[in-house]
Amino acid sequence: MSDLALRRRGPLSSLLDAVYRRPRLFLAVLLAAPLLWLGVIYLGSLFALLAQSFFSLDDFSGVIVREFTLSTWVQLMAPANLDVIVRTVSMSALVTVADAIMAFPIAYYAARYARGPMKAAFYLLVMMPLWSSYLVKVYAWKLILAREGIDTWVLDKIGLKPLLDWYLSLPVIGGPSLSASYTGTFIVFCYVWLPYMILPVQAALERVPGNLIEASADLGASQGATFRHVILPLAFPGVVAGSIFTFSLTLGDYIIPQIVGGSQYYLGQAVYAQQGTAGNIPLAAAFSVVPILIMGVYLTFARKLGAFDAL
Amino acid sequence: MTSTSATAVLFQNVSRHFGTVRAVDGVDFEIGQGEFFAMLGPSGSGKTTCLRLIAGFEQPTAGHIEIFGETAEGLAPNRRDVNTVFQDYALFPHMTVLNNVAYALMVRGVPRAEREKRAREALSLVRLEGMDARRPAQLSGGQRQRVALARALVNRPKVLLLDEPLGALDLKLREEMQEELRRLHKQLGLTFVFVTHDQGEALSMADRVAVFNKGRIIQVGTPEDIYQRPTTRFVADFVGSSNVLTPDQAPRFGGVSRWTSLRPESILIGATADTMDVRQTAEVIDQQFQGAMRKTRLKINGLEVCAMAPASQTLGVGQAVTVGWSQGALHAMDGEGNDV
Repeated sequence: MSDLALRRRGPLSSLLDAVYRRPRLFLAVLLAAPLLWLGVIYLGSLFALLAQSFFSLDDFSGVIVREFTLSTWVQLMAPANLDVIVRTVSMSALVTVADAIMAFPIAYYAARYARGPMKAAFYLLVMMPLWSSYLVKVYAWKLILAREGIDTWVLDKIGLKPLLDWYLSLPVIGGPSLSASYTGTFIVFCYVWLPYMILPVQAALERVPGNLIEASADLGASQGATFRHVILPLAFPGVVAGSIFTFSLTLGDYIIPQIVGGSQYYLGQAVYAQQGTAGNIPLAAAFSVVPILIMGVYLTFARKLGAFDAL
Repeated sequence: MTSTSATAVLFQNVSRHFGTVRAVDGVDFEIGQGEFFAMLGPSGSGKTTCLRLIAGFEQPTAGHIEIFGETAEGLAPNRRDVNTVFQDYALFPHMTVLNNVAYALMVRGVPRAEREKRAREALSLVRLEGMDARRPAQLSGGQRQRVALARALVNRPKVLLLDEPLGALDLKLREEMQEELRRLHKQLGLTFVFVTHDQGEALSMADRVAVFNKGRIIQVGTPEDIYQRPTTRFVADFVGSSNVLTPDQAPRFGGVSRWTSLRPESILIGATADTMDVRQTAEVIDQQFQGAMRKTRLKINGLEVCAMAPASQTLGVGQAVTVGWSQGALHAMDGEGNDV
């Protein structure tokens, strides 16, 4: 073998060779920084938070008592606090279902029909709302939904104002105006998280081979039957993947319900209020563990449904 | 041309254009009931589009299609009594083998017990038993092929369409499946329409072959017709690589002044050539061992020609030999066939 056949020159080359021979060493070098960040700073603070929930607040002095106790967790189980949890989880579930229903046709169009410039336009239109500030969008919605807002004005012009008044008079979902009702909160949540549902569903639909749809039609299935038996089952992991986003984002959000909606608290607001004005860090910590637990259960189910293959 | 009761599929001046591309351009043919009909041609020649026109995945731009006497244009795929075996099988990945096969019955509302019984029958027809509960991903290529066949046959379609169904299989398996398809065709008496770019496959399996090029049919006939009496240079070239002589060259080989085909196996070399009508001297360019035969390149009249010598006949490069062929082996053709 000639000298030229094996080109090994200089220390850098030997280092690269060493890395090449030991793939694990290469991985270690590659992952050291992110692992340090995730493991120590992120998970570390998460566990610190969890530990806080086993402390308690001295009601009289407002000082945190750093001794192990379950009293904060007992406090979390108080009916008012359970209400917050139930309200947040229900809202998250409803937003997820509504987003899935709205996202599917859009994603279906993009995956199966849009080509070339239409596809580019689809991505642009779906992503564009994500480029503007979330606060701006929420305040815009507050104005749209306000009693003097565009929606009231339009409904008044087309003579449907009584319908709106009737709707607002309904218990639970009604209120003084849309922007001060559960319905308003629901609409804004749906709007803000919709792109996070569309994109995974579109990706899942994109992966359904066209010839399966042809095969289904060939075997005598109507378009509806093809949708039920072939497209939906194959795209379902994408819906579950999207629901992870819409569900968890709604679960943790504390700005939307503060700006649009009634005065009832959601989990995020409860955490915000407890650690801020109330200064009850242990209860805030206990509150913030709740969505983590809920998401843990949710992700376990999602995994069973194959959602992670669709991400 | 009107269809008779014995016509399964009728194409009358059918065209399918995609923008400026004429995928199928004025095609006429008639497939008889119970016939094994092959559509042969290079890729992009329009054969697959013709198949998709029969299945209903494409609609003709112009022309008329009949399936068993019924007008087919405008009819959705699910309303045609025609089933397809797809090139890459298109099995439903989320269903078991049994549910894949039973799919056509399920969407027609056949009760579960009945459809599972019939699906099992279809699976035993293609000799694939005991795999009912598996998913397509757990099967080998040959097994998937059989599932696709069973799925297309379960409802006994009037016409079975096969889109290069053997293309993804290795040689041994392909030969086995060719046998299998012929057996099924005989056993079921259905009309088979088979698309392939493999001329050997078309010749060995079909009752009749249509040779496609550039969106048109160049020749339709029995495998013998197509092979021995190609009407154009394109067919002679595409179906079993022939020596094609131009109208100028043909007279020097004993033919007339027309495009002429001379099959390699018709050229005899050495002493066996002495009994032939036409005899010439040739120079050996090289030989290639191919198992049963030796493919021999010769220079005859300054023209490079290919011949098939017996495997035992080894010749030296540059060696001068006598070659000969019968007058009948020179087949005069109408033209080139690719100037469409």
